[in-house]
Amino acid sequence: MKFGKVLFAAAAATAMTTAAQAGTLDDIKARGELNCGVATPLPGFAAPNAENVWEGLDVDVCRAVAAAVLGDPMKVKITPTTSKERFTVLQSGEIDLLARNTTWTLSRDVNLGFEFVGVNYYDGQGFLVNKSLGVSSATELDGASVCVQTGTTTELNLADYFRAQGMKYETVPVATAEEGAKVYDEGRCDVYTTDASGLYSLRSTLSAPDEQIVLPEIISKEPLGPLVRHGDQQWGDIARWTLNAMIIAEELGVSSANIDEMASSTNPSVLRLIGAEGNMGEQLGLDAKWAYNVVKTVGNYGESFKRNLTDTLNIERGINAQWKDGGLLYAPPMR
Amino acid sequence: MSAETAQNARGSGGASLFSDQRFRSLFFQALVIGLLGAFLVFIVYNTAHNIEKRGIQTGFAFLDAAAGYDIAISPFMEYTATHTHGRVFLVGLFNTLLVSFLGIIAATFLGVFLGVLRLSPNWLVSRIVYCYVEFTRNVPLLLQILLWYAIFLALPAVKQSITMFNDIIILNKRGLIVPEPLPGDGFMLVPVALVLALFASIFFARWAKKTQAATGKIYPVFMTNTAMIIGLPLLAFAVTGFPLDFAYAELKGFNFKGGVVIKPEFTALWFALSLYTAAFISETVRAGIQSVSHGQTEASEALGLRPSWTMRLIILPQALRVIIPPMTSQYLNLTKNSSLAVAIGYPDIVQSFGGVTLNQTGQAIEVIFITMLVYLTISLLISGFMNWYNNRVSLVER
Repeated sequence: MKFGKVLFAAAAATAMTTAAQAGTLDDIKARGELNCGVATPLPGFAAPNAENVWEGLDVDVCRAVAAAVLGDPMKVKITPTTSKERFTVLQSGEIDLLARNTTWTLSRDVNLGFEFVGVNYYDGQGFLVNKSLGVSSATELDGASVCVQTGTTTELNLADYFRAQGMKYETVPVATAEEGAKVYDEGRCDVYTTDASGLYSLRSTLSAPDEQIVLPEIISKEPLGPLVRHGDQQWGDIARWTLNAMIIAEELGVSSANIDEMASSTNPSVLRLIGAEGNMGEQLGLDAKWAYNVVKTVGNYGESFKRNLTDTLNIERGINAQWKDGGLLYAPPMR
Repeated sequence: MSAETAQNARGSGGASLFSDQRFRSLFFQALVIGLLGAFLVFIVYNTAHNIEKRGIQTGFAFLDAAAGYDIAISPFMEYTATHTHGRVFLVGLFNTLLVSFLGIIAATFLGVFLGVLRLSPNWLVSRIVYCYVEFTRNVPLLLQILLWYAIFLALPAVKQSITMFNDIIILNKRGLIVPEPLPGDGFMLVPVALVLALFASIFFARWAKKTQAATGKIYPVFMTNTAMIIGLPLLAFAVTGFPLDFAYAELKGFNFKGGVVIKPEFTALWFALSLYTAAFISETVRAGIQSVSHGQTEASEALGLRPSWTMRLIILPQALRVIIPPMTSQYLNLTKNSSLAVAIGYPDIVQSFGGVTLNQTGQAIEVIFITMLVYLTISLLISGFMNWYNNRVSLVER
């Protein structure tokens, strides 16, 4: 009987090891739910609405992947993560996908054992100050107190920028954007720095948004994108091509409103996208209508951008426009 | 033994070794150790395996890499973003030690003071202390830290700072700014004099005790030593011609420049930790004093000892026996609670090294391991010191 116990423990141990190796896709299908990490409320990118349903550009990536894999954009368990804990949560397997305005860098891609699957927002770091300080350029910030979220590339860029400019500053570390907004509002710091999109988002939550200006300097490249763990290429491919499908749909003029009429399209690219031709879904291990489900339920990239960023926060498309409109969005062909 | 043999006899015939109590206990102990060992091996193997599979970097090489981020508070050593993660570790460690050390001192003084007041015959005083203790120790520490931080952030802004003593001391929501002392030539004599005075007072105290034991003559040890410790450095200071200058803070641009800034993050954490722990210590002290029976006081008074002597010679030595062990736990708690610094961004070891460095390097296991080792070491040192002190003050029983 005692030996039975030992055997049982050994068997359980083996089972745990094998579970960690199994395909993420199969795990999600068995679970019937996608575990997706997003930002602690950051309006426009990830925040719960009045009905307590999470919305935002990053949340839409989660919903799109859920739609592609499970056919239902609502089958997502949203996990808000701070900038500090986000990587550990993904590494440990608590979430399958992290869509949390995270900057794609070499060391994160290589050292941390992650795989970035694309860019869903091209951003750059900026500074937010109160108009009453009379500052019009970041080069005038010598001696200022700067609020910054810890554990971010922002924190490193900040140190680099002030060093390069030969200026001094006092760093005031905060854990979340919400906490940062509070501390900045209280006047603990003169400047709040984060990605420009985050600044617009943060400004909307301050007590006097009209009193704040974003300085013209953008001091870094911040390609923000969703990421997955190393080691499961199939899962990485699914996430990458779900994002690409949203971008391609916009490029081809396919939206949630007109996708049903597209069945009669003569454009082979459109037919491949909606699954009427080719075997894209099969190659990914998904249903043939995977991309149809994404666009039908979540919309194409442009719809998501307009709904989450332009309508609420007045953020322009800028460099996030399609390549043929002079922007940087350029998805590889789906064929 | 005989019972066992009897049992063996009954269970003989190869029925089972399990009826042998000794074998049974050995077997189960071996089993538990074996299972525990297997579990540990499994955890280590599984972790190593998964780390390797995901291509996460391991090892301690990151300690030599440039940290790249700034730390707001580093009073004991120079730190800039170009320093290494190893340096971050030291800065964080010193910040943890600083707030813990000052917290322990403040909590002890306040706690003892409140503990004595709690026993005051004055109804109002004892009730006020009672309310303070019950309020403080029943509200979670994290909330108290946030409360103090909010209070300090409610101070006036930089341009509307409160100034005291002709702009020498400045208070605003960015902190308390005091002049920075700039020691001149010959100032080193002052600390030397202080050390000399300390040695002299220890020597005098010992001599006075010996003399009292031999002759019964009593010397005013406390007054003499206080005079020496304060007087000697002052004398040295005067003889060298007051070689101390101050750099005063000036409002330049966004903030005051110059001077020493005591930041609200530090003050909030220090206040909250001290006040919270003082409430527990005061209860410990009250219990310790009450544990000494009133008969001791009466006997001491009957012998004609002064009340202060009664306290110092009769009650305290007996009360300390009861007070020291729980006090040790309070010190350990305070040190460990200082990691709540994370909530308000005070760069202690958990916020800086265990937080930002972990995040920038992604080497969670190594960083958490080192951080845990630090707390373990600090705790063992405190508890070792307190055990030594406890042995010294414990009554020698005959």
